[in-house]
Amino acid sequence: MLDVLVIGGGVIGCSVARELSRWQLRVALCERGTDVCVGTTKANSAIVHAGHSAKPGSLMAKHNVRGNALYDQLCADLDVPFRRNGSLTLCFAEADRPKLDALYMDGITNGVPGMRIIERDEVLRMEPNINPEVVAALHTPTGGIVCPYELTVALAENAAMNGVEFHLEAAVEGLTSIAGGGWLVHTGKGDFRTRTVVNDAGLYADVINNMVSSKQLRITPRRGEYWLIDKAYDSAFTATLFQLPSAMGKGILVTPTVDGTVLLGPTAEDIDDKEDLGTTLSGLDQVLKVASLTWPSLPRRSMIANFAGLRAHLSSHDFVIGEAPDAPGFFNAAGIESPGLTAAPSIAEELCRRLVAALQPSARSDFQPKRPPVQRFREMTDAERAAAIARDPAFGRIVCRCEMVTEAEVRDAIRRPVGARTVDGVKRRTRAGMGRCQGGFCMPRVLALLSEELGISPLAVTKDSSASTILTSRLDGVKEQSK
Amino acid sequence: MTALTTTCDVLVIGGGPAGMAAALAARESGCQDVLILEREAELGGILRQCIHTGFGLHIFEEELTGPEYAARYVERVKAAGIAYQCDAMVISLSAERVVTCVSPSHGLQRIKARAVVLAMGCRERTRGAIGIPGTRCAGIFSAGTAQRFVNLEGYMPGTRVVIVGSGDIGLIMARRMTFSGAKVEAVVELMPYSSGLTRNVVQCLQDFDIPLLLSYTVTSIRGKDRVEGVIVNKVDENLRPIPGTERAFTCDTLLLSVGLIPENELSRAAGLELDPMTTGPIVDESLQCSAPGIFACGNVLHVHDLVDHVSLEAEHAGRHAAAYAMAKRDVGDVNAATHHSSRIVVRDGQGIRGLVPQRVSAEALRQGPLRLTFRPDRVYRDATLLVEADGVVVNRRKKRIMIPGEMVELTVKPEFFVEKFPERELSVRVDA
Repeated sequence: MLDVLVIGGGVIGCSVARELSRWQLRVALCERGTDVCVGTTKANSAIVHAGHSAKPGSLMAKHNVRGNALYDQLCADLDVPFRRNGSLTLCFAEADRPKLDALYMDGITNGVPGMRIIERDEVLRMEPNINPEVVAALHTPTGGIVCPYELTVALAENAAMNGVEFHLEAAVEGLTSIAGGGWLVHTGKGDFRTRTVVNDAGLYADVINNMVSSKQLRITPRRGEYWLIDKAYDSAFTATLFQLPSAMGKGILVTPTVDGTVLLGPTAEDIDDKEDLGTTLSGLDQVLKVASLTWPSLPRRSMIANFAGLRAHLSSHDFVIGEAPDAPGFFNAAGIESPGLTAAPSIAEELCRRLVAALQPSARSDFQPKRPPVQRFREMTDAERAAAIARDPAFGRIVCRCEMVTEAEVRDAIRRPVGARTVDGVKRRTRAGMGRCQGGFCMPRVLALLSEELGISPLAVTKDSSASTILTSRLDGVKEQSK
Repeated sequence: MTALTTTCDVLVIGGGPAGMAAALAARESGCQDVLILEREAELGGILRQCIHTGFGLHIFEEELTGPEYAARYVERVKAAGIAYQCDAMVISLSAERVVTCVSPSHGLQRIKARAVVLAMGCRERTRGAIGIPGTRCAGIFSAGTAQRFVNLEGYMPGTRVVIVGSGDIGLIMARRMTFSGAKVEAVVELMPYSSGLTRNVVQCLQDFDIPLLLSYTVTSIRGKDRVEGVIVNKVDENLRPIPGTERAFTCDTLLLSVGLIPENELSRAAGLELDPMTTGPIVDESLQCSAPGIFACGNVLHVHDLVDHVSLEAEHAGRHAAAYAMAKRDVGDVNAATHHSSRIVVRDGQGIRGLVPQRVSAEALRQGPLRLTFRPDRVYRDATLLVEADGVVVNRRKKRIMIPGEMVELTVKPEFFVEKFPERELSVRVDA
């Protein structure tokens, strides 16, 4: 019998699993996808918010500010790139100044440190590429940027190192309460008996909750479309640039990413289909139009990708965290939309505290908070590169030219705990295929390495989901090479 | 562990058709110390996967496949004893011609070269770059990636195919996929004309009854796991989709052939001046870049249609690189400030895109002839090309037809300038 079954391998589920692995508990995580980080965590603004835009008194505000403060230690422990680049919320009209003041006051109430309202000249000194029509801005130095999939993969790897079991392609099909306490959870990969369940199912947290609780939830997928700009524009901005928020969210932002690209987006559109990750002509146009207000010279010819993410939106627009009132041992983290990525470490702390109170475990003396550093060729000095190739010649074979990823790193990404099983899994772990050629050169080589490492036919290698095969057949008349 | 710095007279980055021809020309010019660095496992570059015929008509006066054409150069490189390393990727280049390269067998090498020839080729423009909306499912390939899977690895990347863009690789792949049992539903081209060679439109589409939809664009890709279909719309004169003109195609594969981009990551990092139109380095008549001693040729300089032209251009670069290296100058002694700045600027006029070379010396114009290449910005019939010296027309030439899919050559001769010699600028424009 498990002590805790975590449902969902996004940033919340993986944070909770890792937090629980500090305790003497038998913890498993089940994820319906072929990898962790394939739902709402994989496509968002990648921002560690300061916390001034959350409604004072809400759980969003509380976990945003606390989560933000936890990021430095977390990312240092897990060897995940994180940068406190600060954020600016831009005001483009004198008439809107009261909104800026209100945001500042909300930030004070929420406990956001170091904020200042700054005037046009100072804004333009900080960020010379901003539209000079800017009037003033709220500067929040604690705002940051992180890579959501690097973080989530690192959390999963560290949790696995500390004993958490991971079950992929294990979609939850039903839950039954066990007489005398606990749950029987039916999944695509078999049944799990567990004392408690944590529902971190993102867009499907309502479906899971509604299987056990009469306090029904309804999550609306709110689509956000993005553009990604080539890293040639790495130095365009330092800070994350918001415009004053609207009813549909924090508006369209322009932000550098930790990987050196520039991200524009998102739109906010409520849709019906929780699987519809398609971008649209009108959505992409809107992003460009609104982002141009912040960045009039944005380079439309230097786009490398567009994508959409879905936010798990509850009409109450706050997180639902804690034990369901009518389902003992069933804990929710539902409605986790922005600032969910920022809040993740704090939500995990909170849920862990409650589970520890319920399960009364002892702390583990051998918990290892640090993930072994990942070898990233592009970040090495030449001396380190020479040494790495001498140690393992596969460091001398560059698979992805654009992001300078070596064969050794691709193999490592597949071999690590909760390793990559798909082309996109390798991409999220190594950045192979993330660059300006978008996998044109490296995808066939990544596919071949997956086939070799996993011992499967190239025809069975998938892009992402289990049905997303890349090759359709062997060419007629081609003889198999004997190995 | 620190890498030792070795030296080399002419270092060629890239072992495709351009790199091999440049290295051979450098050797034939008398330069003994020539080294080719190739990032793939074998020499040959993109020709290795171009198993169709049509290569070599100019140089060998016979019709070869890509691998056959490459093999002839590989044999010559080997026969000449030119040093080369495969699986060797250059990761940095400085304006002072210090090259850092990594490979599994040689580790990290730092090589100081007297002259460098850039021959890195080009890459394909992506779906992201042209902003096709829709889902990011499996089954979307650049035409070149699909070609690699079929021709080098022996796998089919799909069964029902729509091809976006009518670049040559897309046209070739329409035929290749058809030969291999796939159904090619259509080739969709944004412009009102094909961007590929006319012969490829005839031989790869018309001969197989594959529809070519001109002035159409893909407005959505559908499919959750794998492509299920695409929606295309007709575009207006501003290339914007016209609402109400939607056509749906069911397919499991989308191939993109929407343009090639010279791969100038190293050039940019070395601080070489690049041309926003060709996106390759700015070169003079010796194909020398803005940093002295660095030369460029082939698709890294500007995208070509025919490999024969790449080889000829590369020989030119190789000869000049060898001359530079053998001039007994100490590495780095040429004053960069007086290098390109004293040259006459070659400027694209009305209707002209991507003139190469972009700088030319007065001596080169006086000694002539000088070969210029460019592409027209659209299809022109019975137009006149005007050559201008500082804005004064010095030569007129009738052109029966010019299309963007075919590079145009223009030879500038000393006699053009009898009345007026350009002091600052030489330009070419179309008088339509």
